[in-house]
Amino acid sequence: MAVVSLTVNGKQQRADAEDRTLLVHFLRENLRLTGTHIGCDTSQCGACVVLLNGRAVKSCTMFAAQANGAEVVTIEGLAKDGQLHPVQEAFREHHGLQCGFCTPGMILTAVDLIRRKPLLDRKTIRAELEGNLCRCTGYHNIVDAIEAAAKQMGESRP
Amino acid sequence: MIPYPFTYHRAKSISDAQALLQRSPDAKILAGGHTLIPAMKLRLANPSALIDISAIGELSYIREQDGRIAIGAATKHAEVATSDVVRTAIPALAHVAGEIGDPAVRHMGTIGGSVANNDPAADYPAGVLGLGATITTTKRSIAADDFFTGMFSTALEDSEIVTEIAFPIPKRAGYAKFANPASRYAMVGVFVAENNDGVRVAVTGAGPCVFRVPDMEAALARSFAPDAVASISISADGLNSDIHGSAEYRAHLVTVMAKRAVAAAVEA
Repeated sequence: MAVVSLTVNGKQQRADAEDRTLLVHFLRENLRLTGTHIGCDTSQCGACVVLLNGRAVKSCTMFAAQANGAEVVTIEGLAKDGQLHPVQEAFREHHGLQCGFCTPGMILTAVDLIRRKPLLDRKTIRAELEGNLCRCTGYHNIVDAIEAAAKQMGESRP
Repeated sequence: MIPYPFTYHRAKSISDAQALLQRSPDAKILAGGHTLIPAMKLRLANPSALIDISAIGELSYIREQDGRIAIGAATKHAEVATSDVVRTAIPALAHVAGEIGDPAVRHMGTIGGSVANNDPAADYPAGVLGLGATITTTKRSIAADDFFTGMFSTALEDSEIVTEIAFPIPKRAGYAKFANPASRYAMVGVFVAENNDGVRVAVTGAGPCVFRVPDMEAALARSFAPDAVASISISADGLNSDIHGSAEYRAHLVTVMAKRAVAAAVEA
């Protein structure tokens, strides 16, 4: 048992957790941030993706202790002052979800992707979604949403 | 899924990690954890303690020195894939790193972890053996030819930690991988490199451990062109056979991927 101390969605958090606690369990059970989902248990589906110091990672494949001192952003941390993040807005606008289970991971993966590669084509978007599985949409509208969000965020960039 | 209990330690330096390892011999080194943690979640691995070396600054670097690219063991795949130094000197190595897993995996997985784990279908072992790299540990330097000893086996001793992989800069090199569509692991991946003293061809995914193909190396030394390896087939004996493909299928893929790797090297 150890104290895990980290920043989640801009807020300092401290909680006791067993060393074997996965980051995803820490977020969901200790902090009650249940927007981060567990879809597969085999590190393949990407439903648990969060931003760790700005980079997309699978929170099911790291221990909370490894995130000690880090900054984590979950899906709950994207909207600001009641305004959806541009990627969230684009998923809504382009119907980039059906059941919505994969959506938190898809959106955080997309936020990281647009940060790394602001100029995106559809082939790149599909390749970059390698680690995020969706069983409903066939990905088409997800690609539409990410393409639109990248374009919109590019236009609003100074 | 929840692993068996263990004690987590975050090492501050290489000597700190060594001291921790001395104190708990059943401990495992944790780098990116993208093989170890899934295995622990499945309870296939049950270390008493983890010694996390991922935050050790002196293990994370990429630098060019004396005609080699030296990469610290805790350097993440995404850093190698996007490094200007690597992309300029050995673009095929950046390509190898960019082919591993998916973006989230590449943000955590490390070169030292991949090499020390020696998964039969991992990408890095092909690049390390194909380029004739040198693996430096807390005890010694080991040539790639002596390092990979079998399925998930290496020359590493229990208390030895990989600290650096140094790659000689080749004249040209290429990597071609036929990825399993679900896991992205290599069904077969072939790395070819042409150096001043000859050609090296390393194959991952096909057998229990990465291996070289001397017949292809000799043919490419005479003529470094895809056609030079087109008629060279390797035996299916001892190759992997599973639900994803038979040994014969993998043997066939070795020739196809070798041709593509040479084509990539020629075009680069």
